[in-house]
Amino acid sequence: MRGAKTMKWSALAAAVALAATACGGSGGDGGSAAGKPAGYVSIFNGEPQHPLLPSNTNEKFGGYVIDALFTGLVGYDAKGGLTDMNAESVDSKDNKTWTVKLKKGWKFHDGTDVTAESYVKAWNWMANVKNKQANSYWFDDIKGYQDVHPEKGEPKKDEMEGLKVVDDHTFTIELSKPVPYFEYKLGYKTFTPLPESFYKDPKGFGQKPVGNGPYKFQKWTHNKLIQVKAVSSYKGPNKAKNKGIQFKNYSKLESAYQDALSGNLDMVDGVGPKDLPKRKADFGDRALDVPYAGTQSIVPAFYSKPFKDVDPKVIQGLSMAIDRETITKTVLQGTRIPSKGFTPPQVKGYQKLDTDVLSYNPKKAKQYIKEGGGVPGNKIWIQYNADGGHKEWVTAVCNSIKKATGVTCVGDSKPDFQTDLEGRQANKVKGMYRGGWLADYPLNINFMQDLYKTGASTNYGRFSDKKVDELFDKGDHAESLDESIKDYQAAEKELLKKMPAIPLWDYAANIVHSENIDDVKVGFDGNVLLTDITVK
Amino acid sequence: MTETLDTAAKLPTAPDPAPTGKGEKPAKGRSLWSDAWHDLRRNPLFVVSAVLIVLLLAMVAFPSLFTSASPNDADLANHYQGDPHYGHFFAPDWFGYDTQGRSVWARMVYGARASVTVGLLVTLSVTLCGGVVGMVAGYFGGWLDSVLSRITDMFQGIPFLLGSMVVLTTFTDRNVWVVSAALLFLGWTQIARVARGAVITVKQSDFVHAAKSLGASTMRIMFRHIVPNALAPVVVVATTALGGYIAAEATLSYLGIGLAAPAVSWGVDVDTGKDALRTAPHILISPAVMVSLTVLAFIMLGDAVRNALDPKSR
Amino acid sequence: MGRYVARRLLQMIPVFIGSTLLIFCMMYALPGDPVRALYGEKAPDPAQIAAIKHQLGLDLPLWHQYWNYLTGLFQGDFGTQIASQRPVFDVIEQAFPVTIRLTLFAFVFTVVAGILLGLVSGLRADKALDRIVLVFTLLLISVPSFVLGFLFQYLFAFQLGWVTPTVQNSRDLGQLLLPAIVLAALSLAYVTRLTRTSVAENLRADYIRTAIAKGLPRRRVVGVHLLRNSLIPVVTFLGTDIGSLMAGAVVTEGIFNVHGVGNAIFEALNRREGSTVVGIATLIVIVYLVASLLVDLLYAVLDPRIRYD
Repeated sequence: MRGAKTMKWSALAAAVALAATACGGSGGDGGSAAGKPAGYVSIFNGEPQHPLLPSNTNEKFGGYVIDALFTGLVGYDAKGGLTDMNAESVDSKDNKTWTVKLKKGWKFHDGTDVTAESYVKAWNWMANVKNKQANSYWFDDIKGYQDVHPEKGEPKKDEMEGLKVVDDHTFTIELSKPVPYFEYKLGYKTFTPLPESFYKDPKGFGQKPVGNGPYKFQKWTHNKLIQVKAVSSYKGPNKAKNKGIQFKNYSKLESAYQDALSGNLDMVDGVGPKDLPKRKADFGDRALDVPYAGTQSIVPAFYSKPFKDVDPKVIQGLSMAIDRETITKTVLQGTRIPSKGFTPPQVKGYQKLDTDVLSYNPKKAKQYIKEGGGVPGNKIWIQYNADGGHKEWVTAVCNSIKKATGVTCVGDSKPDFQTDLEGRQANKVKGMYRGGWLADYPLNINFMQDLYKTGASTNYGRFSDKKVDELFDKGDHAESLDESIKDYQAAEKELLKKMPAIPLWDYAANIVHSENIDDVKVGFDGNVLLTDITVK
Repeated sequence: MTETLDTAAKLPTAPDPAPTGKGEKPAKGRSLWSDAWHDLRRNPLFVVSAVLIVLLLAMVAFPSLFTSASPNDADLANHYQGDPHYGHFFAPDWFGYDTQGRSVWARMVYGARASVTVGLLVTLSVTLCGGVVGMVAGYFGGWLDSVLSRITDMFQGIPFLLGSMVVLTTFTDRNVWVVSAALLFLGWTQIARVARGAVITVKQSDFVHAAKSLGASTMRIMFRHIVPNALAPVVVVATTALGGYIAAEATLSYLGIGLAAPAVSWGVDVDTGKDALRTAPHILISPAVMVSLTVLAFIMLGDAVRNALDPKSR
Repeated sequence: MGRYVARRLLQMIPVFIGSTLLIFCMMYALPGDPVRALYGEKAPDPAQIAAIKHQLGLDLPLWHQYWNYLTGLFQGDFGTQIASQRPVFDVIEQAFPVTIRLTLFAFVFTVVAGILLGLVSGLRADKALDRIVLVFTLLLISVPSFVLGFLFQYLFAFQLGWVTPTVQNSRDLGQLLLPAIVLAALSLAYVTRLTRTSVAENLRADYIRTAIAKGLPRRRVVGVHLLRNSLIPVVTFLGTDIGSLMAGAVVTEGIFNVHGVGNAIFEALNRREGSTVVGIATLIVIVYLVASLLVDLLYAVLDPRIRYD
């Protein structure tokens, strides 16, 4: 009995010890998500994947924060036009050498001046292969990029020959060949300046960035929130109309929605499927649907069995078999707008195409597929990633195709995006895959060049067509931006004949916000314009 | 140490019936199993659950007997046609339509095949694998127990998501068999532990010692004495887990790694149904009720079988 | 007893190595690649990928990578996340306390509610109350946790307004209540069923009859004799359960926005961050090991005849 008693106590002690360490070890998590300072706006966000560097941020969550902290040379207005931000002017006579003049008096948040050097030095660092920045390829138009970012081995130089500082507020960019739409590219978030303090500790900077934008970095509690404060001395046109932003970290849209509903959160720019049908009932006119420059399509893999050497007529037929109107209204709850072409209306160069290929017509669909020689095996697959909420619409598209044409269509779900992507990269798509594209810059060019040019980086369908390539090429060598856009418009018409993808619908940002805030507007890229939000 | 623990463990249930408990019964020579069957037939619990299970199995085998509609016939004109039209028994729209405009009733009927198969397959294989490992570990003890127990620990540490993703991405076809294999891969440890614990306690009973001293073979001791007496907790966990496995199939679908597209199962439908939770809850409730009924039937069956097999409860 | 514990602790070393290896290989077997994942949908230049892989040692053969990981681990280095460049240790340090709080809460709930319900229904076996408890536990089992989570959130937080829909502050027990209950639901059902069966069975045992015959008060018979002897299978189950509660929180943590281990694993898996997944999973294995040691020790508490030398 004595033994048993000893046992009892030691077991108890062990249990208590376990519990105690559990409670004592709570130092690291920062406990409460400290209250929100007055005048701040709290919005739904996720943990940025990378440290907060403009050149290393290529996903939405980090992008939101970077856009708040940094301001580049130019920006885009609501119609896809360009506005000058930090730049006084960006000019070129030959589309090859661009002269940038900076506005005077701009400062980084640490008080140092924003100069031409701040840009040139930063871009050289970002492009350098040694620094392994995810967005380094954005600089590849610039002359001398190959020197700092060779395909193999160590960089030969530290500086790109094309970048030259003229004076404190002027620098020139020489490209290796003319790019008529280069100024548009300059609006991308990678083309920002960095302060001198960055080079002392790039790693620390990523956790505590110092920018030149409308907001100043305050704190980053990992997996909890990022807080930024409005800068009162900011000189740009997009000065903040609120006191600051709290980016709160959520892993599920549904939970953010619940928090917005109960007033714990000011804004969510996405609504989960569960709440979509009820968003108007829950939020009334505080539930917004704003279309933006993003498209969704299904893309045939031109090496796969059903689509190898296919007659484009078959793809046109499949496209006509999809009842876009009904699917967007029912399954997608009105969150998408049926596509009218390969580019969305929010970008410059959007054109109304005179075609019936994108409208539902079961009779014609059948006829086209028959004329085109049918689908080998009479079966197609649509590959998608199951973690992105695509299952329902893929099923609906498949059902629509099956019903209209009798072609069997099956959704091929991959567990997550990485698996989906690996299948695409390795040319293992069985039939079609889900394609999506969000604008980097609001030009029609951006929706075609990267996707359908032979060998382009995101051309996973391995589409290749001489005529299309020629038209793209012509556009890239045009004299002016307008001509370039026109050439690409001609290319879009050609795409409609060759069908490298079946455009489905364009995105709309589904936003719900609390009563505390107002003036919620959306940019071309679907991101809410944070600086415009006002607090009641 | 474990061995000492084991030899010292004499559980209160030990002084119960004689080794071949059934021997005393009038019908001499009747085996444990036929005796149990005799008991079962007169147990209302068993009869009710058996009827339910027969109905379910009929659904599994001949779904077209129960509905004329096809589970994959979609018509978006019927999207969210919420109100079920009660009264039209077995009509296609008896329970309304789902997001894609498919008949909910038809999907309930046709979903039985995949779900019941996954549930049964996993329960049986898990009980078998886990049971054997647990029994061997518990009965032989010593280093064998240590090794097996520690392997169990190792498998138990594999995160559910990682384990199922690895299994399910290794195979290109995500069908019933692969899903079951993934759940077996992750589920056997639970039964192994419970079985080990149960065997350890039974092993110490007087009747086992008696059988041993009478020179019974290891096999005989195991299957005549240990298994029937250690069955109770294993059956409880297994029958309870059956529903858990059917639900786990739904969770796999939720995580995007469930049964592949045209497959119809309750799990797939529960996952789909969650999106309509606020607008058309019947899409979610219908398959969930089927899962509950199935679990109820099997739990009642498990209770009845266990009572009949368990010598102690006589 | 000291020797017994020491031996069990020593056994943890091979298990530790084995499970890290197992999980390491599993991560390796997954399609996708953490460096490629840095670039999203766009194809990056191969030069840069190769450079990053080389720097991280991801171009080495599997055994070599594992060896590097293990030697790092013994020097207290859990590795660094590839995308965020945060030390894995930071991630773990942040996520674990949250999950441990949630798990303990769920665990206590499971134990108290489960044993109580099981005892009540076991004492009234096959009566109406028993049936009600059966149906209740059945519902908990057959409804997947993500459905239960959304349902509770909608009902208690949104419709009734009793609690906040998501966890804002992981130290506030009131906010952890809902996720803890959802997390505990499945285990609760198991514990209830196990206790019920065990109690109903032991109720018929000789020693209970003896105790009642001795004229002991009913409360003492039930509380001391019956319960104590009925808890052994329950304790076995609970021992394994504390680990699965910790590891199984992926779904629950997602729904209630709890930034614990489940979420960390989910994110790391999505980005194929091998060292994070292996690190967390290994710690969970250690929790299992400690828990199963405790269970074996608890046997002795429950049954006075069990003794360790």
